[in-house]
Amino acid sequence: MGQYPEHPTMETNSPSGDKVSPPRLPHGNGKRGIEDFPVAPEEPYLQARGITKRFGRSNALRDVSFQADKGEFLCVLGPSGCGKTTLLRIIAGLEKQDAGSVHLRGEDFSNVPVSKRNVGIVFQSYALFPNLTAAQNIAYGLRIRSRRRASIQDRVESLLRLMGLSGFGSKFPAQLSGGQQQRVALARAMALSPHLLLLDEPLSALDAQVRLMLRGEVKQLQRRLNITTLMVTHDQEEALTMADRILVMEGGEVVQIGTPMEIYEKPATPFVASFVGSMNFMGRALKETHRVYRLGEIRLHVSRGDHVTQGSHATIAIRPEDIVVNRISHSQNSLSTKVVSLEFRGPLYRATLSLPLGAAEQCLLQADIPTEKIRRFGISENGQLDVELPSDRIHVYAA
Amino acid sequence: MSKPSRFILHSLYAAVVLFASVFHPLAEAAEVLVYTALEDDQIPRYLESFKQQHPEIQVKIVRDSTGIVTARLLAEKANPQADVVWGTAATSLLILEQEGMLEPYAPKGVERILPQFKDTAHPPRWVGIDAWETGFCINTMEMEKNKLPAPQSYADLIKPEYKGHITMPNPASSGTGYLTISAVLQLMGEKAGWEYLDRLHDNIAIYTHSGSKPCKMAGAGEFPIGISFGYRGIIQKQKGEPILTVFPKEGSGWDLEANALVKKTAIKPEAKVFLDWAISEPAMKEYAKSFAIVAAPTVDPVPEGFPKEPMKQLIKNDLHWAAKNRSAILDEWTRRYGAKSEPKK
Amino acid sequence: MDLDRLIKGGLIVLVCLWMTVAVVFPVLELLVRSLSNAQGEFTGLANFSRYFRTPALAGSLTNSLTVSLITTMVSVSLGFLFAYALTRTAIPGKTLFLGIAMVPVFAPTLLNGIVLVYLFGKKGVVTTGAFGLLERVTGMALRADIGLYGPVGIILAEAFYTFPQVVLILSIALRMTDARLYEAAQSLGASPWRSFISVTLPGIRYGLISAVFVSFVLCFTDFGAPKVVGGNYNVLATDIYKQVIGQQNFSMGATVSVILLIPTVIAFAIDRFCQGRQQAVVGTGSVPYSPRRHPLRDALFLTYCIVISCAVLCFLTTAFFVSLVNVWPYDFTLTWKHYHFHDTGGGGYAAFFNSVRMSFYTALLGTCLTFGSAYLLEKLQETPLLRRIGYFLSIIPLALPGLVIGLAYIFFFNNPHLDLPFFPAGIPNPFNFLYGTMGILILCNIVHFYTVSFLTATTALKQLEKELEMVSESMGVPFYRTCFRVTVPVCLPAILEIALYYFVNSMATVSAVIFLYSAEIPLASVAVANMDDAGDVAPAAAMSMLIVFTNILVRLVYTLLTRSLKQSAQAWTAP
Repeated sequence: MGQYPEHPTMETNSPSGDKVSPPRLPHGNGKRGIEDFPVAPEEPYLQARGITKRFGRSNALRDVSFQADKGEFLCVLGPSGCGKTTLLRIIAGLEKQDAGSVHLRGEDFSNVPVSKRNVGIVFQSYALFPNLTAAQNIAYGLRIRSRRRASIQDRVESLLRLMGLSGFGSKFPAQLSGGQQQRVALARAMALSPHLLLLDEPLSALDAQVRLMLRGEVKQLQRRLNITTLMVTHDQEEALTMADRILVMEGGEVVQIGTPMEIYEKPATPFVASFVGSMNFMGRALKETHRVYRLGEIRLHVSRGDHVTQGSHATIAIRPEDIVVNRISHSQNSLSTKVVSLEFRGPLYRATLSLPLGAAEQCLLQADIPTEKIRRFGISENGQLDVELPSDRIHVYAA
Repeated sequence: MSKPSRFILHSLYAAVVLFASVFHPLAEAAEVLVYTALEDDQIPRYLESFKQQHPEIQVKIVRDSTGIVTARLLAEKANPQADVVWGTAATSLLILEQEGMLEPYAPKGVERILPQFKDTAHPPRWVGIDAWETGFCINTMEMEKNKLPAPQSYADLIKPEYKGHITMPNPASSGTGYLTISAVLQLMGEKAGWEYLDRLHDNIAIYTHSGSKPCKMAGAGEFPIGISFGYRGIIQKQKGEPILTVFPKEGSGWDLEANALVKKTAIKPEAKVFLDWAISEPAMKEYAKSFAIVAAPTVDPVPEGFPKEPMKQLIKNDLHWAAKNRSAILDEWTRRYGAKSEPKK
Repeated sequence: MDLDRLIKGGLIVLVCLWMTVAVVFPVLELLVRSLSNAQGEFTGLANFSRYFRTPALAGSLTNSLTVSLITTMVSVSLGFLFAYALTRTAIPGKTLFLGIAMVPVFAPTLLNGIVLVYLFGKKGVVTTGAFGLLERVTGMALRADIGLYGPVGIILAEAFYTFPQVVLILSIALRMTDARLYEAAQSLGASPWRSFISVTLPGIRYGLISAVFVSFVLCFTDFGAPKVVGGNYNVLATDIYKQVIGQQNFSMGATVSVILLIPTVIAFAIDRFCQGRQQAVVGTGSVPYSPRRHPLRDALFLTYCIVISCAVLCFLTTAFFVSLVNVWPYDFTLTWKHYHFHDTGGGGYAAFFNSVRMSFYTALLGTCLTFGSAYLLEKLQETPLLRRIGYFLSIIPLALPGLVIGLAYIFFFNNPHLDLPFFPAGIPNPFNFLYGTMGILILCNIVHFYTVSFLTATTALKQLEKELEMVSESMGVPFYRTCFRVTVPVCLPAILEIALYYFVNSMATVSAVIFLYSAEIPLASVAVANMDDAGDVAPAAAMSMLIVFTNILVRLVYTLLTRSLKQSAQAWTAP
């Protein structure tokens, strides 16, 4: 792939003639304006060009390209086996690509060994040296640079403080909690002020609560130190909350690159749509006119999908939370469904709705309905429910 | 990357030093490597005079049973290790001679050695020092307990009452074993000899690896009759074991213990010094304390326990015949008695 | 290509090279010799057909198989009960019992034979009813002649020899079984017997198979015990000895070695297969079984353990006593004279100290070599194919009996030329210089005991994550620094265990070194064999006792070292 324009947004799947455009977000997850970056568009900080890697006969990576700015937090998201870890290892220099190149500040360092790349790596397993204390772990790489003992100590102290580990320096990894261990690993990776921070599923081994807390801390730290970071994860929530931009991979290829909002709002492929958040794929519909699709016997108005030619088929889809419940509805795409089941999820219910498409055909839809609405409308299993599928929330994928 | 290479260099250096210390020759001094089949308890006594005369030469001794010394020498034929063979059966030396492994050398004073005790060639390829002969070691206490008379001859040994009480050395590994077998075959002729051995085999409890073990087992009462050699029984009696040494009435099988120089690319002068000493007067005197028959006539009396006229006890023995037929006899012996437990036809 | 990578690749090549020279070349040479006559001409299978046509020789194969099978049955049954007592009952003193059960490992197998002679020989304590003492005291004819010399003696000695190995393997297997399976069986109302059949046995089946094959192979290839108590009952291992040493027939020795090798290799292959399976049986989530009290069962097993332990201790005491008695069985005054080794062969104290030196070097070099090789093969990423070859080569020595290694080493290292298949004739052998030095003894011992040590090292290394190396590499720290700062300290218990294993076995082994020791370097264990050959049994027992005491001493030092190590490492090992 790699034909996606990478920065600042993904345009391929945003048709220009949309009735309602999604809000243009400033780059960097809204907290940080695009103008904050020392942009040098002709020379990206980190750039990967056409990286290909084969293991035996199977392709682990095929022509992967992307770039990142100084200080950017890039997440590589994908299911296991999609090649994301291999990509990270190639960027780190732990693995050698079969084709393509890696550039840092315009300089090709494809053939530079890992020891010379100055990257900090954090693994899911922490990979702390078990017989060294937290402080010794952090100082491990510093000592080889033959710095003065005192300055090493200062550096270690300040890193411990930064990670909120003051007083834990003399503890061995086995005496620390999982979260603390991962913080030590992070501090160790940061100790040499690396050009790049590479995180390989750093939070996956932690308890849910610790994971949530550390998510924020890592993000904050990264922002504060303005360190370019590449994180590999299979957890979409982690990617959405932490990343400036997400790189979604499937089967060794990059399928979409964009801000978390773009990825969520405009998933480029059905795979991205289902991997990030949930998506109802309603089936193959025939494009009858410019904005009208026929699905079984019902007609839907859709404001996207200009890339589909009239008279051809396309898959239409909608996210569960985009389905609107109205007691009395007069709007477009108002449909009558039957509630098959209700699943309580606290603030909302996940309802499974059955939508008749014709005499025998029907389609099951998942809809997220606020608990308050369930109560107000007295929605119950096996009852009738009228819903609206807003035309600007329906996704169209060419079949 | 200078660090790893420096590290590797250091490690290699350490490894080399360590290995060098393992493989380095142990002694710098002139040394002779001597292979011998003499008895363990004889060697230190014999060597005393050599050490006095030649303190500068270090003697390394490899001692084992005759068969093993022979085997070792043959095995190392391509790359001989020993400098000298000392006190090893003449029949074995004759085999080495056939293999071209001996260097002819006439040690100083070789003329004193009686002609039948040395090689006929000039210079001789081997020189004998003494003769040793078959002797039965009999534990008198156990015999009394079992109410058995002591056997006096080969013929006695096959009597049924001795069944399971006799041990003898395996002729393949033991020189004593071989000289006894070869004596029986020469005394009785091959056909009658093998028939005798068949019957003897029925009475044997165990064939041992060495020639001295039957005597030592007799001494411990484990098996009261051991076919061994004279010196062994006599020395054990001196140590207080209830051993009576019987020399068979028909005559004892015998062999010479002889010396030879091993043929190798670099023959050490010290090897020749050792061979000169090994037939010198002081050495012969020591041999004479263990053996009734030594290769150079001495005035010393025959040691206690041996026949008064030792030469008469010996059978007429053709050493060349014994050497030439060694392999065939051992093959036949192994075929017949190699596995005692084999069902007999 | 950067230097770092080049060095790593080079080191892996070195590992494969030394294994090739130390294992592959000698074995190839042995195979070539088994197919050649004494003059070195190729004769195909002529040696083999001659062997099988000589009834006395071919009988040895049957004898070896018979003795090994019976020994295996005896020692696996006894060992199973013992291991079961140690793992599945609530008896006290388990550590002590295990320690006692391991004692036979410290002694040369010749000693087992020697002790049996003094217990069950014609003049043995048991045979004569303590020299008639029992009869006089009790008035009954309390004595028994078990007909020691022959299969009975061999089986007794070998069972004693293989017992510790069986106990070790089975107690590990029994300890690994998942307790939840028993709870499940109990909740389904299974009787104890039923749950034994349906849970215990299947759970340890691979361990059981492994124990069977290990004890079979140990017995099949040992020559120490049959040499002493075999009488005229020939087995393959003594055949090799007789062929080589008695008959001077090296090619026949090689042939018998190959015959010896065949069942060994088969057993080895099955064992490796089962080992792999055993690991798969135990999941990560299994719960260790902790036995509950059961008075009757515990009492029975306690009695059993006491009986076995007493037997072992009695064995050792007898050996010690024998080495002190003036003239057995006529003069029971105690004396140290058998410890003088004045009038005996074998080399006396020179031999003993040589053995200590050799074992020390073997432990030192062997541990470095084994751990280093295991580290390079396990932790480096370079040249995966070579690493796999290296791993395979490291497993092979387990299938090679000591006698075979010793003989193969004579053939290979004493040959001034590299006469190997696929090599042009006449290349000088660069390793010839080793022959007759202590170096060849050390190398031989290292190879003989390599695989077990290698697997110990690999297991220890596997417990450290691979990511550690990557992290240190990313920080620009060279691999060897991390190896010495982290890997070695963490693996120190395993490293000490390997060193102990090498030392103890090098002290006691006879089979591998009996063909190799040179005049200049007599060895204690070989001295035991030589003195026994010459009939000097009491000094042979004395020398064995020196070996046993040295090994027990080293074992104690090891225990103290590991204990202090555990204490200092407690901070980073305990959660």
